Amino acid sequence: MTALLKIDGLRKRFGGNEAVKNVSFEVNPGECVVLAGDNGAGKSTVIKMISGVYQPTDGKVYMNGALLTGKTPEAVRTAGIETIYQDLALADNLDPGLNLYLGREAVKHVLRFPYLDRKKMREDAAKVMLSLGIVVPDPAAPVREMSGGQRQAIAIARAIHWQAGIVIMDEPTAALGVPEQREVMALIERLKKQGVGIILISHNLPDIFAAADRIIVLARGVVAGERRPAETNDEEIVRMMMGATL
Amino acid sequence: MTDNTVNGSNTNTKPGGTSFVRSLLNAWSWLFLILILGFFEIYAQTQTGSTLLFRIYNLQAISIAASQILLLGLGLTLVIVAGHIDLSIAFSTGFAAVVMALIIRTAGADAGWVTVILAMLAGLGAAALVGAVNGWLVAILNVPSFIGTLGTYGIARGAALIVAGGATVSIRNDHTRAFGNGDILGLPVPLVVAAVLTLICHYLLKHTRFGAHTYALGANRASVERAGVNVKKHLILLFILSAFTAGIGGLIYTSRFSAGAANAGEPILLYAVAAVFIGGASLTGGQGTITGTVIGAFIIAVIQFGLVFCGLPPYWQFVAVGLVIIVAVLVDQSKDRLMGGKS
Ligand SMILES: Nc1ncnc2c1ncn2[C@@H]1O[C@H](COP(=O)(O)OP(=O)(O)OP(=O)(O)O)[C@@H](O)[C@H]1O
Ligand SMILES: [Mg+2]
Repeated sequence: MTALLKIDGLRKRFGGNEAVKNVSFEVNPGECVVLAGDNGAGKSTVIKMISGVYQPTDGKVYMNGALLTGKTPEAVRTAGIETIYQDLALADNLDPGLNLYLGREAVKHVLRFPYLDRKKMREDAAKVMLSLGIVVPDPAAPVREMSGGQRQAIAIARAIHWQAGIVIMDEPTAALGVPEQREVMALIERLKKQGVGIILISHNLPDIFAAADRIIVLARGVVAGERRPAETNDEEIVRMMMGATL
Repeated sequence: MTDNTVNGSNTNTKPGGTSFVRSLLNAWSWLFLILILGFFEIYAQTQTGSTLLFRIYNLQAISIAASQILLLGLGLTLVIVAGHIDLSIAFSTGFAAVVMALIIRTAGADAGWVTVILAMLAGLGAAALVGAVNGWLVAILNVPSFIGTLGTYGIARGAALIVAGGATVSIRNDHTRAFGNGDILGLPVPLVVAAVLTLICHYLLKHTRFGAHTYALGANRASVERAGVNVKKHLILLFILSAFTAGIGGLIYTSRFSAGAANAGEPILLYAVAAVFIGGASLTGGQGTITGTVIGAFIIAVIQFGLVFCGLPPYWQFVAVGLVIIVAVLVDQSKDRLMGGKS
């Protein structure tokens, strides 16, 4: 099977600090790869190099065999990699439709003047959310009135709507209550069933074992080990996160 | 952004007992405008036996006062929705007024239409320059807009005074006089100009992608940045727009009074800022509408005109506008509290 996403020897240096040293891994369609690691291990830095926010000091990223490194975040998104950040980056004062379309708003023309097509954007948002099992009570209400799990779903809906091949999630459950964490884990399962490849960053061992097809442990910027959930356990993962050699 | 979040009118009533109070709060500025109009009308009828509302002259005077406030407040509304402020508009107006007047005066008394239009374009260019500097400071150098535009407020003021030689630049030109004091379809030119700009800014903020990005920028800069919007360019454009509408205010000033004054916009700055906040904008950004700013400008204009009309000491206008600003902020806060209760 050819990999959807191939990460080859990524490095990132911030001044004198080498935050990421030689990280390589692959993600296949419908597979969830968990990047685990302690605070400061370099997880966020790795995904920012994939999404184009940081340029790597060295190393390459390929999507379907095409080189992504050097592209802008927009170009990476267009290539089919959607990133959901820890803080979601929603505009709380806008409705789900505009959040779904932010930066790529749908426009209709009235007397040749472009007008935002709010109706279409709202309907699309409600539709995608419904496919994620979430009913939007008022599609015209700003997303600040929604629950944490619903807000997470909007971010995920973006990925589905724009037909991302890869979805990257940075600690999606960190700020959520237990029932909402379950919602998000269910959303991840649905994404996998649609053939989307997922990179999930997490600290949380139960989440890691629930979602992962493969676990890649980062410690101080290097890959400390790679395991399938069935062939490892909590203890070993924690030991690797703390930086013990394999 | 929907009618019930950032707009004055609440079309989508939500379940729950708060919805009535909420729509009342959203509509408060309309109610308030009607209330003060009613107050002045009754006062005029009973105390002086005249009418404020039912004389075209009065309505024109109020509209012209409101247009002056609007010309400074329109672009400012977009800047405030984006979470910033522009204090320099006071002297973008003055700078534009002086530059236009100087060129026309240099050209001589018989300067024709072409010269007048070129002078106006030069005035607008001067204002846009101030806006571009603001944008550069805020977007590229990350200077907080309050400080940055306070700096350019001073610079533009100085530049206008230097260019004008510290005096008012009076001109004698039939074209400018006709433009500043004439009518289009029976409406005073300043009013027509302000109305056209109002429509353009309303369209821009409410119906375009640019407007949607402006709201998103005010709520969460990261949301637009990660959506691939060029935030720096967007901010620069916003500040140029703000200076531009203020600059048009300067052109109107020079045309109406046949003189360009460096401090043409200064007395209006606070009223323009007040109109935007009375209209429902919030200091933290992400909220506000052009419709709101229009109502805010009219509230202030009615207070100004009404006090004078009723023979009350005009100084009360400062007190009255001050009180309205405070009420606007209180209303805004109680709205927030109602919303916060829901999430
Ligand atoms: N923009 C930056 N400039 C300088 N140093 C940085 C920058 N971003 C990250 N670092 C450093 O790189 C290292 C890895 O940071 P990173 O954010 O990738 O860790 P992380 O694994 O995501 O941690 P956490 O679990 O806390 O989110 C840290 O030492 C951090 O201080
Ligand atoms: Mg991180």
